[in-house]
Amino acid sequence: MHMNRREFLQLLAVAAASGMALDSKSALAGKAPANFYDVPRHGNVSFMHFTDCHAQLMPVWFREPNVNLGIGSANGKAPHLVGRHLLKKFGIKPGSAEAHAFTYLDFTEAAKVYGKVGGFAHLKTLVDKIRAQRPGALLLDGGDTWQGSATSLWTNAQDMVDACIALGVNIMTPHWESTFGAERVMEIVNGDFKKAGIDFVAQNVVTNDFGDQVFKPYVMKEMNGVKVAIIGQAFPYTPIANPRWMVPDWSFGIRDDGMQKWVDDARANGAKVVIVLSHNGMDVDLKMAGRVTGIDAIFGGHTHDGVPQPVKIRNAKGVTLVTNAGSNGKFLGVMDFDVRGGKIQSYQYRLLPVFSNLLPADPAMDALITKVRAPYEDKLSEKLAVTDDFLYRRGNFNGTWDQLLVDALMEVKGADAAFSPGFRWGTTLLPGDAITMERLMDQTAITYPQTTLTEMTGETIKSIMEDVADNLFNTDPYYQQGGDMVRVGGIEYTINPTKKIGQRISNMTLKGKPVDANTVYKVAGWAPVGEGAQGEPVWDVVAAYLRDKKVIKGLKLNEPRIVGIGKSNLGIADYRGGLS
Amino acid sequence: MNALRRNVLKGAAGAGTVAIAVAAGLLKPTQAMAAWNKSAFEAKNVGDAMKGLGVAGPADSKEITIKAPDIAENGAVVPVEVTSSIAGTTSIAILAEKNATPLVGTYNMAGGTQGYISTRIKMGQTSLVRAVVNAGGKSYTAAKEVKVTIGGCGG
Repeated sequence: MHMNRREFLQLLAVAAASGMALDSKSALAGKAPANFYDVPRHGNVSFMHFTDCHAQLMPVWFREPNVNLGIGSANGKAPHLVGRHLLKKFGIKPGSAEAHAFTYLDFTEAAKVYGKVGGFAHLKTLVDKIRAQRPGALLLDGGDTWQGSATSLWTNAQDMVDACIALGVNIMTPHWESTFGAERVMEIVNGDFKKAGIDFVAQNVVTNDFGDQVFKPYVMKEMNGVKVAIIGQAFPYTPIANPRWMVPDWSFGIRDDGMQKWVDDARANGAKVVIVLSHNGMDVDLKMAGRVTGIDAIFGGHTHDGVPQPVKIRNAKGVTLVTNAGSNGKFLGVMDFDVRGGKIQSYQYRLLPVFSNLLPADPAMDALITKVRAPYEDKLSEKLAVTDDFLYRRGNFNGTWDQLLVDALMEVKGADAAFSPGFRWGTTLLPGDAITMERLMDQTAITYPQTTLTEMTGETIKSIMEDVADNLFNTDPYYQQGGDMVRVGGIEYTINPTKKIGQRISNMTLKGKPVDANTVYKVAGWAPVGEGAQGEPVWDVVAAYLRDKKVIKGLKLNEPRIVGIGKSNLGIADYRGGLS
Repeated sequence: MNALRRNVLKGAAGAGTVAIAVAAGLLKPTQAMAAWNKSAFEAKNVGDAMKGLGVAGPADSKEITIKAPDIAENGAVVPVEVTSSIAGTTSIAILAEKNATPLVGTYNMAGGTQGYISTRIKMGQTSLVRAVVNAGGKSYTAAKEVKVTIGGCGG
């Protein structure tokens, strides 16, 4: 195999020499070192991969987590490394542009230096540049592309469909796409995508009645004379994590046996390179790579892990590379294979941060985005409040953005406590930024936005928290759903992630008093997965709260006390909730 | 999330139901009815259900494969397939261990029939799904955990 680490370090050296250090004047001025994105081609078979952009067409801020715990055998290994632990593992220089892209460290200061990330007009420039050096390279979209912004919700995903066609996506697999409903998904797959030649693949989605494939399980392509197969793996727990009634006739699941069958089928049909485009989440991908044989690489998403280099997993017949390409349009993965004599000789992988200041906007894509946004500009730009606090979401237990949501829900609904789902999407705001309607929609834009107020006993509240914690911390990745812990407003608690379901949550208190198992509490929430839920959309509730407050400051982040993981876990740093 | 939770909890109080999808001819309904095993089907725990089936200390067997989801998409209809490659399999029973009445179904195989059944079962909560196979006068078992969760909050 190739010396990827050495090449990666070389890239960093080039970046540093080009004036990309933190205090760089050229970076401050937004001047691109011309060679930052020069990635020499390696071999003859290349893929580009982006995932979980969550419909962010414009450049955004996005802070990576300081809490991303790995449980059991995942402890201390990628992707469960945060901050300096991640930099050390991958040899990234602290204070560099990459350090800013891959970690939360000094986020607000570094964000001002390096500017925003992502944006489809900038991504388009990078995709075209990479593609120009790699004739025939395929662009793979790992899903969670149609959901996450105001404009995607308001256009019924059409803005993202049009942008992906213009970007030059070749192949896609879904997750949140399904929350637009089965009918809308099929309309796009058989309409816009078919016309544009985009393949929508998912081996693990079958009909509920007869188990027939709903989508093509895989596609075969030829690149520079080499046959390559790309197998799709949709998010396995779509009908559980999201409303089942939106895809009533489809069954998902992990389906290792189906995956093995299609890998073997692709090999039998002459594929020399077999790729899985996956929305499993990285822990599930790592386990699958050890069980299914014959896959060269799994390009993964869902868990939003920006992992600089692939993890190599050995299985009964060889090695499978597992990648995860972050979220919010922040990264583009570039995988090159040198295929000779019917097999892969070596590979080269880069997960390139998309710094919008360093990549000029593609004029055609820019025009498309401007046109899409035009009818909504007034609504999007409504200034609801200003934040003095740093607002972010990502992290296993809570983020300041979620704290703001649960505070608003409790106050507006008159609730004792509030739950907000542990979503991993949602952009970041720097202190002093305006909270516009667009930024609020970044946190809330879903097709089941109803707010609820429910009377629950203390016992029920605990059982819900235990259930969600098990989805996050089960030692077997196949029982994990890939979201973060439900955000809890009003109730303080202690968690031991290493215990089993029913025994992780303890010391629950509300206003200093123990939560009583038999007492009934009023609990506010949003995003109910059951059909027929009624309630004001969450963005209206929170917008009213923000207009009233005008300035957000002094948010008190309710983070649990964590026990049982020790003080030196590599998946947690700068944690204020208490740790032992 | 909350409405679903209630449904899940309601399900926990209900008995396991049987929806049979066995290829025609493998199972004789009249015979099955005649053989209705009241004490086994109404047993409130795994031990009593096993006793009702006349099974004591079945041996763990790797020749029994249970195909079921790791996490149920809908606890009311969980697809379960059991394959027994033990020679001379004469019956397969399925138990959802934490259901109020764990025994979900028993299937008798005519001589020479492949030891395979496919069905959908109702599960009130996360539990082991256990298969008990009789073959050559001996009993064998295997189990797989199926998680039933409240859903929501993912991704």
